[in-house]
Amino acid sequence: MALKHATPMLDELEKGPWPSFVTDVKRLAAKGNKMCEDWLGLMELSFKDKETHWKHGGIVGVLGYGGGVIGRYADRPDLFPGVAHFHTVRVNQPSAKYYTTDVLRKICDLWDARGSGLTNMHGSTGDIVLLGTTTDQLEPLFYDLTHDLGMDLGGSGSNMRTPEGCLGKSRCEWSCIDTQEIIHDITMEYQDALHRPMFPYKFKFKASGCPCDCVAAIARSDCSIIGTWRDKIRIDQEAVRAYVGGELSPHAGAGGTEKRAFDIKEEVLDLCPTRCMDWDGKNLKIWDEDCTRCMHCIRVMPRALRPGVDTGASILVGAKAPILEGAQLSSLVIPFMKMEPPFGEFKEFVEKMWDWWMEQGKNRERLGETIQRLTLREFLKVCDLSADPRMVSTPRYNPYIFYDPADVPGGWEHDEKAFRERHQA
Amino acid sequence: MSEESKERILEYVKSQKKTKHYFNDLCKAIPEIKMMQAKKIVNELVNEGKLKYWSSGSTTMYMLPSEGDVDKEEKGMN
Repeated sequence: MALKHATPMLDELEKGPWPSFVTDVKRLAAKGNKMCEDWLGLMELSFKDKETHWKHGGIVGVLGYGGGVIGRYADRPDLFPGVAHFHTVRVNQPSAKYYTTDVLRKICDLWDARGSGLTNMHGSTGDIVLLGTTTDQLEPLFYDLTHDLGMDLGGSGSNMRTPEGCLGKSRCEWSCIDTQEIIHDITMEYQDALHRPMFPYKFKFKASGCPCDCVAAIARSDCSIIGTWRDKIRIDQEAVRAYVGGELSPHAGAGGTEKRAFDIKEEVLDLCPTRCMDWDGKNLKIWDEDCTRCMHCIRVMPRALRPGVDTGASILVGAKAPILEGAQLSSLVIPFMKMEPPFGEFKEFVEKMWDWWMEQGKNRERLGETIQRLTLREFLKVCDLSADPRMVSTPRYNPYIFYDPADVPGGWEHDEKAFRERHQA
Repeated sequence: MSEESKERILEYVKSQKKTKHYFNDLCKAIPEIKMMQAKKIVNELVNEGKLKYWSSGSTTMYMLPSEGDVDKEEKGMN
């Protein structure tokens, strides 16, 4: 069936071995989906003009919520009436994105009836993103979503965004915290912040079960919760010898399961960032006090090494993508915290952090930028945290770090004249 | 207190030339109130239909209902 609009430039995106979203949209358009037909035309025009034809933002939403719906309009409704209104709806995904197929079918049926049928599973915040609907469909969609599927809208705008976590203990033997429980609890506890904007800008929580950080919490979230341990890496010396003897495949066979020589010095010891390991030919020794929990040795020899058993989380703050300032990774502010329900200690910290950011943050300023502007020292003070060598990347290289001028006689002021009188040369 | 604060916020919004306001800007009308508390007051104004949300997707702003009309928005006038 011929499509309504010719799309020679979009067609280029169907070439090559990869799945193509253009093919998917064309498939729906060929079934007579008017929104998809005009979406193809509008995108082709944008490619031709080299500028977007989407208008950004609006007042549309559902009653009582200040987020979850993002108004989108085409600026050429005369040419593409099917996408004149094309609002995005964010739906809060279940923790770790576990669904039944029944729920997935219901979401798809609902979106076929009330929207374009196009989805993005999932957006980078983790939400189920339903792409393209009209204003009159928003309230009925919200009703069906909440009443028939037991699901809710996610965060957008200056709200707390939909929290996201890795699979955690449900499937991963390395997980030091129950990320699903943490994410579900944060979501339920802070419903008001999720649905009603209150911050200077967006705020994201992400939780990873171990320092491998599969959800990239350290790079993407204003508050990163990363599982760790404070005792020793568990060592099975028999299994270490089996790796060295070539009986077990390193990296759990990820690089091939055939037997091969394994050089523990080259592949593990020399790659340890703190050189805290030694191999005497029979036993592996780890100086755990020097370990920075990078997980490399554990990933190479998963049968031999495991995280410790006294587990909790490191809390870091301030990651963001570049908008006002450059991209930033989170900074460590709480080296270790037990993360057990009801997460009281964590929530106390969160509320102090939010109070400060709400009072001090400028419009469209992420938490990390406020910290950068007003200093990490100030942030630690308002959150009742103490500076700790573990917050410094190379504390042994330069241990003379004072966080507060009040801790130093004379503060930061330096009387050069008086200094020169005492030191002539 | 809450009613008086609401009035002050609305007066502030009406006195401004621009139509969309950040939450921080609304709080300038009630500087003595902590932001957490101010958020509740602003939300009450939204629930009462005296203010409306406007969202770009990444940032949320507030406007008077008279300024933010869905019909106008859909016709491209907002």
